[in-house]
Amino acid sequence: MNAKDPGPGKQKKERLPRQPMPEQPPRERIKNFREVPLGYTVEQAMAEASRCLRCKKPGCVPGCPVEVDIPGFISLICEGKFFEAAAKIRETNSLPAVCGRVCPQEDQCEKGCVLGKKWEPVAIGRLERFVADYDRTYGRFEMPAMDPPTGKRVAVVGSGPAGLTLAGDLIKKGHEVTIFEALHEPGGVLIYGIPEFRLPKEIVNAEVNYLKRLGVRIETDVVVGKTVTVDELLEEEGYHAVFLGVGAGLPVFMNIPGENLCGIYSANEYLTRSNLMKAYLFPEYDTPIAVGKNVVVLGAGNVAMDAARTALRLGAETVRIVYRRSRQEMPARAEEIHHAEEEGIIFELLTNPVRFIGDERGWVKAMECVRMELGEPDSSGRRRPIPIPGSEFILETDMAIVAIGTMANPLIPSTTPGLETNRWGYIVTDETGRTSKEGVWAGGDIVTGAATVILAMGAGRKAAKAIHEYLMSK
Amino acid sequence: MFEIVEKKQLAQGTICMFKVMAPRIARKTKPGQFVILRANEKGERIPLTVAEAHPTEGWIRIYFQVVGKTTAMLSLMEPGDAIKDVIGPLGLPTHVEKWGTVLCVGGGLGVAVLYPVARAFFEAGNYVIAIIGARTKDLLILEDEMRAVCNELYVTTDDGSYGHHGFVTDVARKILQERKDVKMVMGIGPVPMMRFLCKTTEPFGVKTMVSLNPIMVDGTGMCGACRVRVGGETKFCCVHGPDFDGHQVDFDELTKRLAMYVPQERMAYDKFKAEVGAGGGR
Repeated sequence: MNAKDPGPGKQKKERLPRQPMPEQPPRERIKNFREVPLGYTVEQAMAEASRCLRCKKPGCVPGCPVEVDIPGFISLICEGKFFEAAAKIRETNSLPAVCGRVCPQEDQCEKGCVLGKKWEPVAIGRLERFVADYDRTYGRFEMPAMDPPTGKRVAVVGSGPAGLTLAGDLIKKGHEVTIFEALHEPGGVLIYGIPEFRLPKEIVNAEVNYLKRLGVRIETDVVVGKTVTVDELLEEEGYHAVFLGVGAGLPVFMNIPGENLCGIYSANEYLTRSNLMKAYLFPEYDTPIAVGKNVVVLGAGNVAMDAARTALRLGAETVRIVYRRSRQEMPARAEEIHHAEEEGIIFELLTNPVRFIGDERGWVKAMECVRMELGEPDSSGRRRPIPIPGSEFILETDMAIVAIGTMANPLIPSTTPGLETNRWGYIVTDETGRTSKEGVWAGGDIVTGAATVILAMGAGRKAAKAIHEYLMSK
Repeated sequence: MFEIVEKKQLAQGTICMFKVMAPRIARKTKPGQFVILRANEKGERIPLTVAEAHPTEGWIRIYFQVVGKTTAMLSLMEPGDAIKDVIGPLGLPTHVEKWGTVLCVGGGLGVAVLYPVARAFFEAGNYVIAIIGARTKDLLILEDEMRAVCNELYVTTDDGSYGHHGFVTDVARKILQERKDVKMVMGIGPVPMMRFLCKTTEPFGVKTMVSLNPIMVDGTGMCGACRVRVGGETKFCCVHGPDFDGHQVDFDELTKRLAMYVPQERMAYDKFKAEVGAGGGR
């Protein structure tokens, strides 16, 4: 960071270095589940905000899937108006404390920052996080402007980022909104998937409570497709529109020998046990989780990093990320990879698992791998990994976590006649989220396949607009 | 919250029956389906098969055996108390059609799960032969209820204190030897029982379905904790089951996977018993 410091005596306002955010030191944080980055102080936030050039044609805003007025909220920070800054973000982003933490800013807003061309971009994500946290800690709850009741009822299926965003938008438009959640707690992936050390659950709960105060009803323990069908919501329970934001929740396995041995988890199961069920607090909480000594995590996305870092905190001695391509192709955010490396996670790159080997009790004790090399680019544009003959080797391990992706859950499509899906089982929609079924919209991972929190929120926002128009024209 | 409206202890207090208000679930449950239940805020999610559902009165009936902390905790709850979460109905309903003669075999707590299935077979016009067993006479459950929904009922006890002295599989073998018209066998009970039942029926070439109860977390296909190998393929019991062709099930793998958390389960149960005092949970 200091490499780009203009040096003493030459400091101009815009040349202030990008303000680092304090973090828990790696050695300490691997022993707890508390959040890793600690957030800016008021001084740090104001210093960072002062770096913004307030471009006439900002490069940052087009990079944001929900088009937050970034120069606008940063100006308010400069003036010390933190509550107003939070309100400014909330105009288009209902989950700023979440996005400030989990958005891939380096590929979005910060990528377009003019300062980034020559120096380092403004730390937009950190500033967003700062105002959202400030507002949550010190702010007073104020009801936003609410339209008069329309008498229209909307059912939202799934309480992840897409559903929460849409619910917030539609309740403000005067519609009656009920969210149905299959699990016992609302929040979707923000609750079951992302660990406490990356997104404290208190933040998600605060966002959910905000929606409740606006009048959104939340029914947990309702598995739409099983407990009640989409058709029953529309025909028997009097909903005028349904939004499906159910995510892509089905885990993908490797389909290699030995994968059902004890000690082999899907990342979904491992993270759900730890995050939603609080197995990291066993036996205070009743859900157990196996504690591996030498853990391997298959895959190199954000979910793989979350699983690896969770295993470390639960007491693993070594944790290895095993990935068949090279470092450049790893899909995880740079920040996640950096944090994982700092914590001592080992990266076995260009390595592919071939089979698992079990002991007499049916527990995994080793994994056979093969080394890979990169060949010609495949259909995804990435160079295809090819096994190197004769390079097989055995990796001793007592726990493996499979984090190679997810698929669409067929529960809703299979119980909703007239709902069109593509050949992978994702729901087909137009650009506003409208499905092939009258009165039914969908958005987020169940339409796009596994993506990011902010893209799901963007889809929720678009669908909310379309549903509002539909309801008002009826 | 889901209120318990009735409670009954059976089999010398080792098995507990709850009637729980769950209107949405009661409306939709079909024989063979299960619910996931969480006793309280810190509780784990456990699957339990629904033995009866009343769509208009809005209640479901569940049976469970006290085997660890969660079931011990549940057994201390009384009518008027509420279970934090009940989710369902999950899994696919048991396939019911008119085959002719069917054999229903249940052991221990499995009899409670078998009951709605036998009833559905009976109501579909099948000639239902049922065999129910327990270790000893006092542990046998739902004999009268079963008798009402089948044409022939056989009872076995391991110690010979009631009915046939021996295992349900002994009687099953005898019936299959004597009559050639049994088209289908349904077996529900402890894993060893289901495994031996499948071994028994296999030489007769009679299709044998079993209802599996592996460890689950969400119960909606999201986690894969409940994966079972059937015919060499991995299935998720929560969405593809719980009923599977028993001759295809890898019972060895199922048994090992069920034992995955035994040390933690024992630790949690011991801690709980120490907290509630001697004899706690029972």
